Amino acid sequence: MGLFILRRFGVMILTALCLTFIVFWLTNLAPNLEKLAKTQGNARMSDEAVQTWLGNRGYLQPLPIKYGQWLGVVPGYVIEGTDGEVRGRCIDPRRPDDETPRFCGILQGDWGFSTVAKEDVSEVLPTRLANTGKLMFWVMVVMVPGALIVGVLAGMREGSRTDRTLSTASIVSTATPEYVSGVVFIALFATSAFGMQWFKGSASSAVQDATFENFFLPVMTIALYGMGYIARMTRASMAEVMTAQYIRTARLKGVSFPKIVLKHALRNALIAPFTVIMLQIPWLLNGVVIVETLFTYQGFGWELVRAASNNDIEMLLGVSVISVFVVLLTQLISDIGYVFLNPRIRIS
Amino acid sequence: MEPLTWTGSLGTILNPIFGIGVILFLVSVVTQSVLTFFEGPVTLQANPDGTLQSRGGLIGMLGTANKYLMLVIVGAVLAYIIIPFFMGYGQAGIVGEMAKRFLPVWVALVALFAISIHYKRRLGLYGKLFDSTVGMIGFGLVMFWVFTAFFFGVFDWIATHDYLSQVSGLKNKVPGVPVPEGTTGVLPHYLLGGDNLARDVFSRMVAGSTFVIAIAPLATVFAFMVGITLGLPAGYYAGRLDTILSFLANLILAFPVILLFYLLVTPEIVLTGIPSYMAAFLFFFPLIFFFVLLNSRYYTQPAKRTAIMIPVLGILGWLYLSVINQRGTVINFLPPWLDGFDITVLVVFVSVVFVNAPTVFRIVRGLTLDLRTRDYVAAAQTRGEGAWYIMLWEILPNARGPLIVDFCLRIGYTTILLGTLGFFGLGLPPESPDWGSTINEGRKLLLVFAHPALPPAIALMSLVLGLNLLADGLREESLRD
Repeated sequence: MGLFILRRFGVMILTALCLTFIVFWLTNLAPNLEKLAKTQGNARMSDEAVQTWLGNRGYLQPLPIKYGQWLGVVPGYVIEGTDGEVRGRCIDPRRPDDETPRFCGILQGDWGFSTVAKEDVSEVLPTRLANTGKLMFWVMVVMVPGALIVGVLAGMREGSRTDRTLSTASIVSTATPEYVSGVVFIALFATSAFGMQWFKGSASSAVQDATFENFFLPVMTIALYGMGYIARMTRASMAEVMTAQYIRTARLKGVSFPKIVLKHALRNALIAPFTVIMLQIPWLLNGVVIVETLFTYQGFGWELVRAASNNDIEMLLGVSVISVFVVLLTQLISDIGYVFLNPRIRIS
Repeated sequence: MEPLTWTGSLGTILNPIFGIGVILFLVSVVTQSVLTFFEGPVTLQANPDGTLQSRGGLIGMLGTANKYLMLVIVGAVLAYIIIPFFMGYGQAGIVGEMAKRFLPVWVALVALFAISIHYKRRLGLYGKLFDSTVGMIGFGLVMFWVFTAFFFGVFDWIATHDYLSQVSGLKNKVPGVPVPEGTTGVLPHYLLGGDNLARDVFSRMVAGSTFVIAIAPLATVFAFMVGITLGLPAGYYAGRLDTILSFLANLILAFPVILLFYLLVTPEIVLTGIPSYMAAFLFFFPLIFFFVLLNSRYYTQPAKRTAIMIPVLGILGWLYLSVINQRGTVINFLPPWLDGFDITVLVVFVSVVFVNAPTVFRIVRGLTLDLRTRDYVAAAQTRGEGAWYIMLWEILPNARGPLIVDFCLRIGYTTILLGTLGFFGLGLPPESPDWGSTINEGRKLLLVFAHPALPPAIALMSLVLGLNLLADGLREESLRD
């Protein structure tokens, strides 16, 4: 088991390195850098001015060296610019010059500087993550119990009217992407068009204090899309368990139906949904981006869109590091959890 | 011209019937579901003549009531669609006029269903679809949009106005607004109102279907070609090849889709030519697929093989070159007379294929890993058949069930992805009528004017729902045999 986790960890690090390198490469392509120079400097810069602007800030170094500097395995650049000013990756005006470290990459805990927010990435991201964490917490609170109850009720008696109704409802919910349900919800419940103006169409005030009025719609929008899928998986797993031999035995012994469901079937039926829920988290990340944009909620997804549309390289890299680790960690947890929950599987 | 109401004079009778029917039906279904949850196991009793006894009690009664209420609702919907054809212009309101506009679609749908149901026993899996209600509803929804896209794209029917032209004074006007005198267009009204640039919402929704129906299935086919060509050897040979390919697939899957789109689908990246190179790489897989498919089958008869291979590869090769060769990009070497066509949204197409292919790869690989332990594969190996023959002609046909089901689901997912791209305004021209872009435009003023965003949203949802129901029906029917 230890070796298994260790190996998975190795693959995880390798994946994260590859992915960040791809993001680094794509954001550092010449046209992207030119756009960056023009948005940061002057929109009407000539081509030579763009080149000097980039050269002075270390953007024209070879790609592997730049990546190494961001990672913190290559010493940060110190360039005396054509305008006479000395710029360095590790030079921080708030720090005395003689304390400037040689390496300042992500391994040293320096996430770089966001060119859009005009702040350190390591200062912006935690607040954004906390906001998204709040959103995700409520999504989970709504989605997981809801999906499990729906799935168990539907799978308990396969083919019954309850099953048909709930299954259809789950298919409808998986077929409604967030940007459709969000728009429909806002039109129904946040405008006066249908006479049901109960909620707010924007969640920007939920950053400070989340109330039922401004937080219900974004939470429901994300939860609904994921709910159908988990419910269907739970239903399938429950239906399979209900046909097992030990359930038949319990029935023949004369155990009452509620007791069979609660004591004999439920625990075994919840193994598969656990994996699905864990693997659903990275998928929810997409929903988070859409919903945070739609409801202008300043979280992680909102930051991703802002960074990506302005080619904010270091912010984008920080965002991708975090999302890659979320994806890989949830995969690891689902694997390990599956082993622990299911006594029939042993990894030697 | 008077503005149109929603249902006109037709509504005075039909609206109450429809409304009460729907409410009663919902109440009855919910009570029935709740009650069946508490009742004991069902015992069916047979009558002496062999028929089943009807279930008495409240649940049985509700079951009968449901059936009749369903009939009332379906009847009302049919009435909404059929009766307007016998009424003058505008008397049946917006709903009636929309029903009239879709006349070619209704005719095509009725014809398709009549023929398919009549011959369903001879049509294999497709025919079996007509045994399941869910599958039929799904197929109906999908074909509705396919026919709409076809009739709009080929004959320019259904839409009432030009989807790009702006008519002054109709900015953000509510559904049923009359257009000023002298405006070109089939109808004197904007059926679903005007958007924030005073264009007809209804015509834009119809035009958007053509974009989705043209791109989503094709992109899914390409993703399947890539996934199958790589997934079969990975699952069959396993070992190092599998490790490397799976690592690469997981690498792409670990990217959040939206980040990937934002990195790939920007004008700056198009300038560097990366999408063109990716297209050249990804679209080569169908060529490999068909080459290997035919070669493994006919390599013992070289004359026949060459005779089949030259036309097939010739046409595919020309298509391949025409697709990747785009004027104004890095790959532009064909003389214009040979370059058949340009895909305007190549970058969108490529990125959608790129996102979908790894998932298909994983599914095919998993199926192959399972199927290669079967006896018929061992038999084929003993007969001395080639590896590619076994993969493509023994394993692949036996994996078709799950692959067909996934194909339907994946078209739906591709539709959602295309909508996501439009929603973030990536890769598509701003005036594009596709549903994602229209939703994106509509959402900016959503709190003030809700009507421009809703029609494309509902259209997209109904298409994806149809595809999901279709996949469900197919799964049910393919499991049955």
